[in-house]
Amino acid sequence: MTTTVPATARKPATMAQALTRALRDAMADDPSVHVMGEDVGTLGGVFRVTDGLAKEFGEDRCTDTALAEAGILGTAVGMAMYGLRPVVEMQFDAFAYPAFEQLISHVARMRNRTRGALTMPLTIRVPYGGGIGGVEHHSDSSEAYYLATPGLQVVTPATVEDAYGLLRAAIASDDPVVFLEPKRLYWSKADWSPDAPTEVAPLGRAAIRRRGSSATLITYGPSLPVCMEAAEAARAEGWDLEVVDLRSLMPFDDETVCASVRRTGRAVVVHESNGFGGPGGEIAARITERCFHHLEAPVLRVAGFDIPYPPPMLERHHLPGVDRILDTVARLQWESDWTEGRGE
Amino acid sequence: MTVLEQPGSSRNKSSLAGPPPTWQPRVDPAPLLPDAEPYRLLGTDAAARLDSGLLTRLYTQLVRGRRYNAQATALTRQGRLAVYPSSTGQEACEVAAALALEDRDWLFPSYRDTLAAVARGLDPVQALTLLRGDWHNGYDPHEHRIAPLCTPLATQLPHAVGLAHAARLKGDEVVALAMVGDGGTSEGDFHEALNFAAIWQAPVVFLVQNNGFAISVPLAKQTAAPSLAHKAVGYGMPGRLVDGNDAPAMHEVLTEAVERARRGGGPTLIEAVTYRIEAHTNADDATRYRSDAEVETWKAHDPIALLERELAARDLLTDDFVGATRDGAEQLAADLRERMNADPEVDPMDLFTHVFAEQTSQLRAQAAQLRAELDAEAAGHTEDAAGTDGSAEEARP
Ligand SMILES: Cc1ncc(C[n+]2csc(CCOP(=O)(O)OP(=O)(O)O)c2C)c(N)n1
Repeated sequence: MTTTVPATARKPATMAQALTRALRDAMADDPSVHVMGEDVGTLGGVFRVTDGLAKEFGEDRCTDTALAEAGILGTAVGMAMYGLRPVVEMQFDAFAYPAFEQLISHVARMRNRTRGALTMPLTIRVPYGGGIGGVEHHSDSSEAYYLATPGLQVVTPATVEDAYGLLRAAIASDDPVVFLEPKRLYWSKADWSPDAPTEVAPLGRAAIRRRGSSATLITYGPSLPVCMEAAEAARAEGWDLEVVDLRSLMPFDDETVCASVRRTGRAVVVHESNGFGGPGGEIAARITERCFHHLEAPVLRVAGFDIPYPPPMLERHHLPGVDRILDTVARLQWESDWTEGRGE
Repeated sequence: MTVLEQPGSSRNKSSLAGPPPTWQPRVDPAPLLPDAEPYRLLGTDAAARLDSGLLTRLYTQLVRGRRYNAQATALTRQGRLAVYPSSTGQEACEVAAALALEDRDWLFPSYRDTLAAVARGLDPVQALTLLRGDWHNGYDPHEHRIAPLCTPLATQLPHAVGLAHAARLKGDEVVALAMVGDGGTSEGDFHEALNFAAIWQAPVVFLVQNNGFAISVPLAKQTAAPSLAHKAVGYGMPGRLVDGNDAPAMHEVLTEAVERARRGGGPTLIEAVTYRIEAHTNADDATRYRSDAEVETWKAHDPIALLERELAARDLLTDDFVGATRDGAEQLAADLRERMNADPEVDPMDLFTHVFAEQTSQLRAQAAQLRAELDAEAAGHTEDAAGTDGSAEEARP
């Protein structure tokens, strides 16, 4: 369902505002939706994403909890067992780790363990990733841990519109969603109308953000704007890059990704988290298994280095930037030349 | 040395010269403190006020529970169960936990608490599914309001708090009773659950069965607290210490705590002092960490024997009653034995059925792969069968 919105209805909004609006609308539509976490009430969250919710819906619906991530998620499990739809905020990526036991041992497998009798319609919002000059423990990209756990959906918006639509879809899902919010895009703006979001996509559909013919950049979350910029810059060098925004890492949209790579014949996966053991390895393997005969070059990855997230003064060297993406795209050509050369 | 006397403190600055504002504890700790001795009824004058009907009900369940434990342990020897953590010696805690709750309440058991679930009405075979290995959880938790038996220690405690809190938000007078062992009280989830429960004044009762050991590790290596019940005070909830082998005392203390929670009085932490007579599980060797003499002293404090003394004093321990109770327990065991001796039916395709509400394309593909493997396996069997039947014989040169 695509609704066209008159340009006048659209105003500049930030991703954080779109997320707030999504929470507000979800709470208004469904009294079982409860927001909980550290500082989400009076303060409105350290990123202000829950701003105004406690005032509008009361402290029982938007609850400042004690400082205990396992406790927050563990009690949310019990609340979900009793028919509520908790939306849990983990304050920062690295502070979600105390909750992993609950996440992995219970949230992810409650449906499976009980043959569908107990479901976990939980959304776990995690601001993640770097690029905001955060000190240690404030910039991790932890998506690989979540992806390694069967039973979790892992979703991450990259646009203002998706921030709204995907969060609504996540809250509406009857299964748990780890909703990764790219914190460096919180203040990114777009002309957006909360009243008529163009489309609330079902979870698990990738979006093609830019059509192109000579290679596909596959990315998500904070790296999307970087890839878009790289695609523009690559034109000068004769590359017409397609950009695929995964939006949801689990479920994974093999169809869109493979159709794109089959068209372009080349693929580069771009993400912030470390390359070794990162999502890029899985994505590259999937593409290789499915598109081998369409590939003109190996699937390459541009990822963060395999290091603990660096201090803020060094993070720009770690994060995949436009130049590193362009260098890698250039290698696609080199790799194909090399492959062809050897074949002759 | 007070803060103001510390070297380098600005004690001479006039703005800091006054004493700190008078400090008051937020809650008077005195009423929260547990008794010095475990609370007991059996063998005391107070036992006289106990209702005979309750005593016979408890007795029947204790005897059934013990027989169930023995039967389940025997089933491990026959290979019918992968493992069984027996609650022999702890039956009074298990039974009281089940009987203190109303139908609308929820029970959050740990892996050792099969008996509490069965005493609450769960089908004994369904209660053993996890341990038999045909599925992780064999029952619909909504049917008797029993959460899945929980294996990771103490993780069920925050669930109980969340459920109780949610029920209260919805205006339902539902209480959650969560069970944990002494070892489990050292886990972070224990702390977080108690803290949340007290802050929210959630209608939860925490029952710690202190059976002396976490596998082989004795309580002294688990905590330096005067008792586990003392831990409650720090959270701002009452702690109760009770003789876990005294079934009516257990029942009374739990019932009081459940009623208090239902009235909006908030959570209670109960420590039941008991003993695990068998090893941790059938796979454990308890002689490595405790003496026979110790076990014998606890056998002398057996929950069934304690209750029998009270029943006998009331002339309720008649041959008829004892016989009928024993027959009922034998019937339970025979039924369990018979049904557990049938191979459970497992459907491999179930592996994919309950991962997500909507199957992903990846899981659909993997399900198709398994289907094909199963079909090939079945075809192979048919071929094997064909190879041994008469027609194949004739075809030989
Ligand atoms: C988080 C976690 N760590 C370790 C274990 C392994 N384990 C199973 S039972 C047990 C001892 C538990 O003792 P206690 O809490 O006293 O309960 P009891 O078995 O005596 O009933 C241990 C260490 C576990 N199940 N979960």
